[in-house]
Amino acid sequence: MLELSSVAHGDAEMNQQRREFLKKAGLGALAGLGAAAGLFPALALEKTDLSIFPEKPMPGKTRWGMLIDTRKCSEGCTQCIAACHHTHNVPDFGNSKNQVKWIWKSPYEKAFPTASQQFQGDDVKSRKVLTLCNHCTEPPCTRACPTEATFKRWDGIVSMDYHRCIGCRFCMAACPYGSRSFNWQDPRPGIRELSDTYPTRERGVVEKCNFCSERLVDGQLPACVDTCPEKALTFGDLNDPKSEIRTMLHANETMQRKPELGTLPSVFYII
Amino acid sequence: MIEKALKGNRAYWAWVALLLVFIGIGITGYSQQLNLGLGVTGMGRDISWGVYISQFTFLVGVAASAVMVVLPYYLHNQKAFGKMVIVGEFLAVSAALMCMLFILADMGKPQRVLNVLRYPSPHSMVFWDVMVLNGYLMLNIISGWAVLGAERKGVPAPSWTKALIYLSIPWAFSIHTVTAFLFAGLPSRHLWLTAVLAPRFLASAFAAGTAILILISFILKNVAGYDAGREAREKLVVLCAYAGLANFFLLGTEFFTAFYSNIPGHMHSFQYLYFGLEGHAPLVPFMWFSLILGLASVAVFLTPPLRRQNAWMIAAGIGLVLSIWIDKGVGLVIGGFIPTPLDAIVDYMPTLTELSVTLGIWSIGLLVLTVLLKVAISVKMQD
Repeated sequence: MLELSSVAHGDAEMNQQRREFLKKAGLGALAGLGAAAGLFPALALEKTDLSIFPEKPMPGKTRWGMLIDTRKCSEGCTQCIAACHHTHNVPDFGNSKNQVKWIWKSPYEKAFPTASQQFQGDDVKSRKVLTLCNHCTEPPCTRACPTEATFKRWDGIVSMDYHRCIGCRFCMAACPYGSRSFNWQDPRPGIRELSDTYPTRERGVVEKCNFCSERLVDGQLPACVDTCPEKALTFGDLNDPKSEIRTMLHANETMQRKPELGTLPSVFYII
Repeated sequence: MIEKALKGNRAYWAWVALLLVFIGIGITGYSQQLNLGLGVTGMGRDISWGVYISQFTFLVGVAASAVMVVLPYYLHNQKAFGKMVIVGEFLAVSAALMCMLFILADMGKPQRVLNVLRYPSPHSMVFWDVMVLNGYLMLNIISGWAVLGAERKGVPAPSWTKALIYLSIPWAFSIHTVTAFLFAGLPSRHLWLTAVLAPRFLASAFAAGTAILILISFILKNVAGYDAGREAREKLVVLCAYAGLANFFLLGTEFFTAFYSNIPGHMHSFQYLYFGLEGHAPLVPFMWFSLILGLASVAVFLTPPLRRQNAWMIAAGIGLVLSIWIDKGVGLVIGGFIPTPLDAIVDYMPTLTELSVTLGIWSIGLLVLTVLLKVAISVKMQD
């Protein structure tokens, strides 16, 4: 009798453990699937901590965006670029053919080739504007990708899965902004100071700005926004009418790059 | 049947040996690319596709052109094409194989190629292209081989081969349409963003591919004594001429739309290719050479006294293939990247490594074609 009851007791304990394990494993698998497919925003592994933003947007309804005040952006300053490229281990080979870049400065007329270019003041003509991935609401790159290695997340960020990318570079041909870079060679030797905040990549895959999704998880602003000494960059939820970025968009005349293509960029500019 | 490819004269083995040497050079180049990355090519962040994708685009057209003998023979009972059908089908097989090898050579992570099947993405044109190209290769090799095998045994071909052959006809159109859609749906690449890209791809494919068939028929006549017949060649020449005309007509409409509308974005690539843009004109002589050579070849094909002479027919055939190869296999892909999205003009020059890989893949294709045609001709000539 005694023996039997202990056996029964042991069984019950084991069942309990098993149930717990299965529950956790099941949740883990679901979370993994959800994160991979971006199907279940609430279960995504890289869940964004929204606490530092004034209004908590609803998951699934967030659309991260950036407003760049080019008037404040000082000439010759590259602090945001340095911060971004260091944080994300972006290599520098000093050669334009194999160059990888996430954020960089372009002349006004190159960034906005279809915008009005006539009779502007020298100030605007000579202005350099920050260019980066626009995190389009209708991204042509994700449509072209044959493996879903680049995809739009629930919060509007156009993300990359470096482990799935086959390096066909269709996304690069599809991007109307030149925002994507391919690793034409092993990037690791080109990294001056290794940062432990973001994984390095291998050669043969495409990469680009990720709106610092790895910092958003920790409730931090993107590195470029955080670093800018002039506070020229504003980051926030475009779907929240009360957010700072929406207030500024309302109060200022702003531009998007190549709006005629219908990509609906999430990066805005004050000229 | 394959054993028939193991019997050949000295010239046959010399040709096979030459191809094997070229394949070896290609493998050396590719191993360097595998070790160091695609940086060993002339491609870069601005011109991110080069010779590989260009050759792929041209060769899809060559593959599709099998339909120019299959369709008249099976749907319109044009018996004259009897000896050319198998040549067309096997040309399609080798061209489709080269297409896939060029895609593989262009990939940054070729070891992950199966991701295209593991994560099927119908919104991506690449997914459809992989489907239709593989399907087309299978349709042609299975039906071609089965019909040939039946002929060898002196029995009628199994009835299921008919179904595959009929299916291969619309399929041929689909492969080149999907290939055009790879390019034509990308915003802001104005040279490609045009509804006539697919029709133009088909026209240029049927011109160049048919011209290649005519040239192969001459080669087979001379090296193997396998004569497809004067009638077959003359009919092919007519098809070739009108496909060529359609191609140049469509190119003309592109010029009109770009330059009459006067929209800078629409004109830039054409300016770069044909007139030079902001001092950059590396392709200008090639594009004019291509245009003049192509028109002259079509003119020869349309002039009865000229096209009846073998020498003129061969010259015009080579001219048309070369013309369309420059236009589609060089100008179209490279020109589409210029100017870049940030309005820069960047020139592209393929590297030796890139060219050796290209040579290797062409040689693999030619070796496969040689072996397949050797088998086919041995069976047909009761060797």
